[in-house]
Amino acid sequence: MADEHAIEAIHADLRTRVRTFLADHDPAGVRTDADRLEFLRSRYDAGLAWVAFPVGHGGLGLGQSYQSEVDASFAAAGAPDNRPHANGIGLGMAAPTIAAFGTEEQKRRYLRPLWTGEEIWCQLFSEPGAGSDLANVATRAVRDGDTWIVNGQKVWTSGAHHSDLAILVARTDIDLPKHRGLTYFLCDMHDPGVDVRPLRQITGEAEFNEVFLTDVRIPDSQRLGAVGDGWRVATGTLNNERVSIGGKATVREAGMIGVVADTWRVRPELRTPELHDRLMKLWVEAEVARLTGRRLAQKLAQGQPGPEGSAIKLAFARINQQLSGLELELLGEEGLRYSDWTMVRPERVEFTARDAGYRYLRAKGNSIEGGTSEILRNILAERVLGLPGEPRVDKDVPWKDTAR
Amino acid sequence: MTDLDLLYSEVEEDLRSTVRDLLADRCPPAAVIAVYDGDRTLVDPLWQALAVDLGLAGLLVPEDRGGAGASAREAAVVLEELGRAAAPVPFLTSAVVATTVLLAAGSDLAATLTASLAAGERTAVLVVPFTAAPFTAASGAEAPGAEASGAEAPGARLAAVDVVGPHTLTGTVTTVAGALEADLLLVPAYRDGRVTLYAVDAALVDRRPVVSFDMTRQLADVHLLDVEATPVLDDPDDPGAAERAIRAGLTAGTALLASEQLGVASWCLDETVKYLRTRRQFGRVVGGFQALKHRLADLYAGVESAAAAARYAAAALASGDPDLAVATSVAAAFCGDLAVVAAEEAVQLHGGIGMTWEYPAHLYLKKAKADQIAFGTPGAHRALLASLVHLPGAPH
Repeated sequence: MADEHAIEAIHADLRTRVRTFLADHDPAGVRTDADRLEFLRSRYDAGLAWVAFPVGHGGLGLGQSYQSEVDASFAAAGAPDNRPHANGIGLGMAAPTIAAFGTEEQKRRYLRPLWTGEEIWCQLFSEPGAGSDLANVATRAVRDGDTWIVNGQKVWTSGAHHSDLAILVARTDIDLPKHRGLTYFLCDMHDPGVDVRPLRQITGEAEFNEVFLTDVRIPDSQRLGAVGDGWRVATGTLNNERVSIGGKATVREAGMIGVVADTWRVRPELRTPELHDRLMKLWVEAEVARLTGRRLAQKLAQGQPGPEGSAIKLAFARINQQLSGLELELLGEEGLRYSDWTMVRPERVEFTARDAGYRYLRAKGNSIEGGTSEILRNILAERVLGLPGEPRVDKDVPWKDTAR
Repeated sequence: MTDLDLLYSEVEEDLRSTVRDLLADRCPPAAVIAVYDGDRTLVDPLWQALAVDLGLAGLLVPEDRGGAGASAREAAVVLEELGRAAAPVPFLTSAVVATTVLLAAGSDLAATLTASLAAGERTAVLVVPFTAAPFTAASGAEAPGAEASGAEAPGARLAAVDVVGPHTLTGTVTTVAGALEADLLLVPAYRDGRVTLYAVDAALVDRRPVVSFDMTRQLADVHLLDVEATPVLDDPDDPGAAERAIRAGLTAGTALLASEQLGVASWCLDETVKYLRTRRQFGRVVGGFQALKHRLADLYAGVESAAAAARYAAAALASGDPDLAVATSVAAAFCGDLAVVAAEEAVQLHGGIGMTWEYPAHLYLKKAKADQIAFGTPGAHRALLASLVHLPGAPH
């Protein structure tokens, strides 16, 4: 840990910066959308957007642990925020990846409108033939001068229908083994070759999409990292994804446990001894998962996300599924009724939203999205515990010769 | 709920290395296994080395009373290492529980006794069954932050000993941990329906060793028959003082036992991984079979979670955080079960060798299972939590 005096000095400096900024940009004067954007852009330029990012790109190069204080100060002053829920993929995955692997020009072009919410991002990774085996993506990017021509099909793309840009992994060399022939791109979702179609899911609605890419043109300046380096870049993105899916709850009884505990408290007539035993076990597990998340965040404040985040996501998925199942049993007759199977496009996805039936069904995705629990166990066993890897028959074979 | 530091400071890591080095040198598994066959030659010199040479007996005692002036965070690190080595020493019972009781008692006699404990001149024990929880669901009304939950249950009585003369005690306390190693007994005793605390010279007391499930913390039944005792806390004007001191000791013991359990679980995980990385069957390293890898990944996730729970309890204890009661019961409920899972997995995944007397896995299984029952079972702590966090059970 850094010296306490140094940490206090940083906090004091941050408080001064925020105070000075708010004195120069009175949130009370923000009335129109244009005012709001102006305010957010200024906040970015002052380095007070994401303080862990580099100076000149919305940050001050500080630890992530300083962010919450800054956000709280702006919120307390009634300042508009950047509507982080509307751009979860952008903020949680695209931004850290661009910051880590982008050129100065790319950082300058993409990070500010990403943070302010002027440009919304989605993620074009998974394909029908590349789920857990993400390195098997078949979407092809073929070079044509300064441009890449992209063809293929992506799936499970949340928010694609209102996104402006996408992070994209595509195959640029079929003669190399699968991990080595991939390249990472920043794709314009408004390209005429991009066709977004809703993918209806287990809950009845469609948060995700299938995305068909037909002769989509991406300038080489929108390539992130070297040609053939896409796997390494994507791995950085995915570690951020696991942290962002598993590492959110910071207060006690946040998330699913809070929903079930509230029902328990206000509905004494539903309680049984057997459900009480299960509830208390899950309450303890949820609280310990929260503490484990806090502990990981404290570790991350000193370094980069590593595979340890996978352990938190494993617990998060299991606890959410067990709690939402428990809730249906607790509700009994009410648990047999479902709010609505109508196909809709939800504006915002909350695992704890809607009714108990929805929560139970949506939680099934928690152990699939962002890495299945089975793959996460492989990752932990191999990268943390050093156990031997799975047999990989396709690892050293040119991708074009593998069985698919 | 403040954001307590759940990691380890440099000082704590240094302390860990010192303790680990000494245990590697002075506490070999074969000598610990020998304890089960009645050979306790390891115990006294090891405790002397830890208590006096490293000064761990006085870790929690303030410097002006001859101690190291450290906090529960450091004591927790020591317990992690003692758990990893299954070390048969009375650190938890004397340097944590009994010492905390004396520090909380605050009387002149308590201060004198604390100094002698810190110097390693004496080893003490709080004479209660090892199963005694700091609070129970029935007595939970007394736990900080708990809702009133009815009358005290019969099992919640703190003492089985009575003050029968002016300074004479009679009674029997069964299943006491740390009594055999102690020369000073701190005995909770009833006088006129209130709890008092007396100091008794161990030499005057009939302590009968129990063949214990976990011989690395051998239990004893303690029989007191008209034994001469000195009052530590017996003031009719402050009738709750002794009970508060006793519960403080038990809370510290419970909160920090979680760190011992973390140490036990860490040993089980590390050694099982190490073994499965070398053991071969079917022409392959068996740690490459996915059925085994996935169990170890789950165990890793569990041990990381136990680390968070145990650190939170230690940090809450160290800072006197208002969340201490919840932190303690969460750690007890989670780490108690997790250590047992880790030890059971270690035995199973080692295959035949895990069942042998020669290989030390059984030390950890026995310790984990005994620790799970100590200071209240996980189920008892979940029941207490239900009252602490206002999630009451079904109406009767």
